[in-house]
Amino acid sequence: MTEYNFAYLDEDTKRMIRRAILKGLAIPGYQVPFASREMPMPYGWGTGGVQVTASILTPMDRLKVIDQGADDTTNAVSIRRFFQRTADVATTEHTAEASVIQTRHRIPEERLGAGQVLVYQVPIPEPLRFLEPSEVETRRMHALEDYGLMHVKLYEDIAQHGQIATAYAYPVKVSGRYVMDPSPIPKFDNPKLKMGAIQLFGAGREQRIYALPPFTQVVSLDFEDHPFDPSKADHPCALCGAEDSYLDEIITDDRGGRMFVCSDTDYCTTRREGDTA
Amino acid sequence: MTPILDVRNLSKNYGRNIGCMDVNFSLYPGEVIGIVGESGSGKSTLLGCMAGHLRPSAGEVLFDTRAEGPRDVLRMSEPERRMLARTDWAFVHQNPRDGLRMTVSAGGNVGERLMAVGARHYGDIRAQAVDWLGRVEISDARIDDRPSTFSGGMQQRLQIARNLVTGPRLVFMDEPTGGLDVSVQARLLDLLRALVRDMGLSAVIVTHDLAVVRLLADRLMVMKSGRVVETGLTDQVLDDPQHAYTQLLVSSVLQV
Repeated sequence: MTEYNFAYLDEDTKRMIRRAILKGLAIPGYQVPFASREMPMPYGWGTGGVQVTASILTPMDRLKVIDQGADDTTNAVSIRRFFQRTADVATTEHTAEASVIQTRHRIPEERLGAGQVLVYQVPIPEPLRFLEPSEVETRRMHALEDYGLMHVKLYEDIAQHGQIATAYAYPVKVSGRYVMDPSPIPKFDNPKLKMGAIQLFGAGREQRIYALPPFTQVVSLDFEDHPFDPSKADHPCALCGAEDSYLDEIITDDRGGRMFVCSDTDYCTTRREGDTA
Repeated sequence: MTPILDVRNLSKNYGRNIGCMDVNFSLYPGEVIGIVGESGSGKSTLLGCMAGHLRPSAGEVLFDTRAEGPRDVLRMSEPERRMLARTDWAFVHQNPRDGLRMTVSAGGNVGERLMAVGARHYGDIRAQAVDWLGRVEISDARIDDRPSTFSGGMQQRLQIARNLVTGPRLVFMDEPTGGLDVSVQARLLDLLRALVRDMGLSAVIVTHDLAVVRLLADRLMVMKSGRVVETGLTDQVLDDPQHAYTQLLVSSVLQV
């Protein structure tokens, strides 16, 4: 533990990132630029989320890391081990026990509340990026609240597919002001964005941090005659039987066999243990 | 009557070079003014300054807003000017690719301005898009096609539909028929003339094509080296040019 400063980053960097986080919390949904550092993992592995987590961790924290809802995938295991080594913090797989949860692409099924922080890994923070390639122009659009273009995307979805086909990274409007990309979470999770925990979004390659304070109003964009629909696969979980959780489709053989299971592994395991107990 | 657009002493310098110099004119509701001149005479600079794309070095551009009467658009805040640009104004670029979103379907292109001013009903937006495609003679079977699959003339008509859908009162056109072949040009001019007359639009048309202004414009301004050298009724200027440059311009038109 003598090689690294607590949680890898040096204290000056952490202070800079904390400033960006505070600014983000003060202006919900606004993308705060920050001087993203090189991290000992490739871009796309969550370097933004890792920097945010490193800046807010204290020795008393209990950390949970999930990737697509699962605690045991490569990305989650690597990042959890990274903080075990560099910060020596306690870790857990149980959502309720964790004080800091770093996540990629999911919000845990279990309700989060006061005292918890959810850190998202964000690949592309700019919701307008695929519509308007110029960063200068998208910043101006945010500044002037010029968001007609966002609905053009949804219009195109309906024109092509008969419905809003955007299933993840579904754009939301925060506190009636900024349009925000909630990172690639399934739109099933969008209603959960209004929650009791603090939510921090870190994009390492794009060098942006944004945030949602507890219980911030978050509205998914839609049309009056095509309202927002937080859909999911129409099955119960094949392992725990849950009907209210987001499901992964797993191919079990090469003859069309498949099963639907909870993507949140902790939620599924807890429910099954509850059954046997 | 209050002019819809009142330009006073408008000047634009590019360093030591003159873009346009001391331009004054008034445009009244329902009137179409043409600005002609050779390449580099400052026509497009003048248009850009009026439409808020360029920042002029001096002068005023008073626009008769619906709510508050004449206001200097150069002193408006950026959000106000943008609001104006997507409600009461329209800007038709010479190259339709500058005015269209090439990766968005024709219907989406027409609907963008509606959505930008708050339309949130898909059915209504689509119905208006169908209506406007019809008005510019594009089959509604093409509504979900991208403009990149359209011909040049169709793209230009789509750009016009996209601009007029919010019912603007003032249209800026920068060489709207440039780069189109003559028969397509003729149909586009026919269409523009009908739309301008039906909707009672006021328009500023920049072009180097004297035939276009003869057909569309009520009045004419001739520019040379950044200055206005002659103004007057279109037929008067073209049939009895006074300034030496205008005489040259009129006599340079090829006769078939």
